[in-house]
Amino acid sequence: MRRPITLYGLTFSLPLLVWQILFFVFPLLFLVALSFWTVKNFAMRPDFDTVNWTTMYGRAVFWQAYGTTFVLATAASFLTSVLAFPAAYAIAFKLSDTARRWAVFLMVIPFFTSYLVRVYSWQIFLSDSGIINVTLGWVGLGPLPLLNTVGATMIGYLTLSFPLVVLLQLFSLVFIDRTLIEAAHNMRCGRLRTVFAVIIPSARTGLVIAALFCFILSFGDFVSPIYLGGGEPTTLSILITDTTKSGQQWPRAAVIALTMIATLLAVAFVAVKFAYKGKSK
Amino acid sequence: MSASADPNRNRAVDWALMAYIVLAYAFVFAPIAASFVFSFNSDRFPSIPLGHFTLDWYRAVATDPLVWEGARNTLFVGVIVGVVSTALGFGAAYTDYRYNFFGKQVYLALALLPPTIPVIILGLAMLAYLSRVGLSGNALSVIISHVVVCAPFAMAIIRLRLSQMDPALEPAAWNLGASEWKAMRHVIVPFTMPAILGALFITMAVSFDEFAVAWFVSGLNETLPVKVLGFLQGQVSPRINAIGTFVFVLSMTLVILAQLLLSGRSATPADKE
Repeated sequence: MRRPITLYGLTFSLPLLVWQILFFVFPLLFLVALSFWTVKNFAMRPDFDTVNWTTMYGRAVFWQAYGTTFVLATAASFLTSVLAFPAAYAIAFKLSDTARRWAVFLMVIPFFTSYLVRVYSWQIFLSDSGIINVTLGWVGLGPLPLLNTVGATMIGYLTLSFPLVVLLQLFSLVFIDRTLIEAAHNMRCGRLRTVFAVIIPSARTGLVIAALFCFILSFGDFVSPIYLGGGEPTTLSILITDTTKSGQQWPRAAVIALTMIATLLAVAFVAVKFAYKGKSK
Repeated sequence: MSASADPNRNRAVDWALMAYIVLAYAFVFAPIAASFVFSFNSDRFPSIPLGHFTLDWYRAVATDPLVWEGARNTLFVGVIVGVVSTALGFGAAYTDYRYNFFGKQVYLALALLPPTIPVIILGLAMLAYLSRVGLSGNALSVIISHVVVCAPFAMAIIRLRLSQMDPALEPAAWNLGASEWKAMRHVIVPFTMPAILGALFITMAVSFDEFAVAWFVSGLNETLPVKVLGFLQGQVSPRINAIGTFVFVLSMTLVILAQLLLSGRSATPADKE
C-alpha cells in the first residue's frame, strides 16, 4: 500500500502532526530544559544548573508527597477495579442487549458533567452538616468527620475514574469468547471459579489497562485531594499547583512534573507488559 | 443465555448483581442529581432537609458579569476548538485509514497520546512553553492547549466511522474518473459527515468542561470552568450547582445531538460489517 508522497496526502496528514509537535512535544521537551533553569529575584533565567533537581530531591516534603501520591493512586486503582468489576460483569452477562446499550449510554454521561461540580456536590454529602451526617443524626449516630479525610479523597478518585473503568472492563468482558464460559460450565466449573479461572484471565488485558487509566487519572488529579481531602496529606499534584501558582518556582514545578511523567511511564510500561504477557502481539 | 437447569444460575446471585448495578449507577449519579436538586434549593449551605424552591442561584449567576464573561470565553474557545480539532482529527483519521508509511506508529502515538498525560503536567508545560513564545495568558493559549487534548477524540470518532466504510468505495470513484480531491468531497466527506458533526460536538463538550489546563494558561481570560474552580476555592456557594446544571444541560444537548448523528445513519447500505 506504499504510495508516493503527494500534496493531497500531506494536506490531511501534516496539520495534526505539526500541531502536536509544536504544542505537545515541544512543551514537554521545554519542561526538561526548564528544570535546569535558575530563578533569581523572581525572574527565570536560562541556565544549566541541577540546583532544582538537588533542591527538590533533597526535601523530605517532596518524597512524602511522592509516597502519598503513589500509594493513593495505587489504592484507587485496586479499589476502583474491584468495585467496578461486579458492575461490568453484571452489565456484560446479565443484561439484555437493549439494556446494555442503555447502561453504556448512562455510564458515558458523567464524562460530560463537570468533574468540579461533582466534587463540590460530594462536599454537600460529606460535610459535617451534610446529607450523610444529617441522615446519620436521624438514627442517633454521628456526626462523623467525613470531609477532609483520605476516604473523601478516594471518593473523589472513584468519581473521576469509576465510569471509565466500568466501560473499559465492560468492553473487554463483552469480547470474551462465550464458548469458553460454556465449556467451563459444562465441565461443572462453579460460578465463582469460572470468574476467576476463565473470565478474569481472558479479560486480563482490558482489566489491567482499565486499572492503569485509573492510576494515571488519580496520580495527576489535584481537585479531589484539595477539595475533598482538605489538602492533607500533600500530593504531588498539590505540590505542583502550589509551586507554580504562588512561588514563581516553575523550574522546581518542572522537576516534579518530570518525576511524575517518569513514574507514569514506568508504571504504564510494567502494566502493559503484564497485560499482554504471554500473548502474541 | 440459555439452560434453565444450569447449576450456575442462581436467582439470588442474579438479584444481587442487579442490585449492585443499581448501586453503581446511584454512586455515579448521586453527585449529578444532588447538584441539580440543590441548584433550586434556597439554603445557603446545602443539606437536607431541603429549603424551599428558588431560582435565586440562577438569578445570582445570571446577573454576575464575571460569569457572563466566563461563559463568553468558554463558548468562543469551545467553538474554535471544536472546529480546529475536528479538522485536524479528520486529517489524521483519513491518514491512518488510507496510508501506510514509515513511522506511522509514532504518528499515531502523537495523534492519540495527549489525553493520557495528566492535565496538571500538560497545564504546567503549556504555561511555561506558551509564555516563553509569547502566547500565554489569553484565549488563544487556551484554544491551542485544548486542541492538543481534543483532536485525539475527534480522530478516534472519525476513524471509527471510516472503518465502517467499504474500502472499495474510494478506488471506485477514482476508476470512474474522479480526482483524489473530488473523491474526498463526494465520497469520503459525505460518508463521514455524521462522525464529523459528532466529533465537533464532543470536542466542544470536552472543551466546555476542561478546567485544569485552562486554569494554568488562561491568565485573565478565564473560561467558565476556571471560574467554577475559583468559586470552589472561595466560599461555599450553591451558585456552583446552578452553573453546573446549566453547563450539564448544554453539554448533554451536544452529546445527544452527536449520538443521534452517529447512530442515525450508521445502518447505511455501505456498511459491510
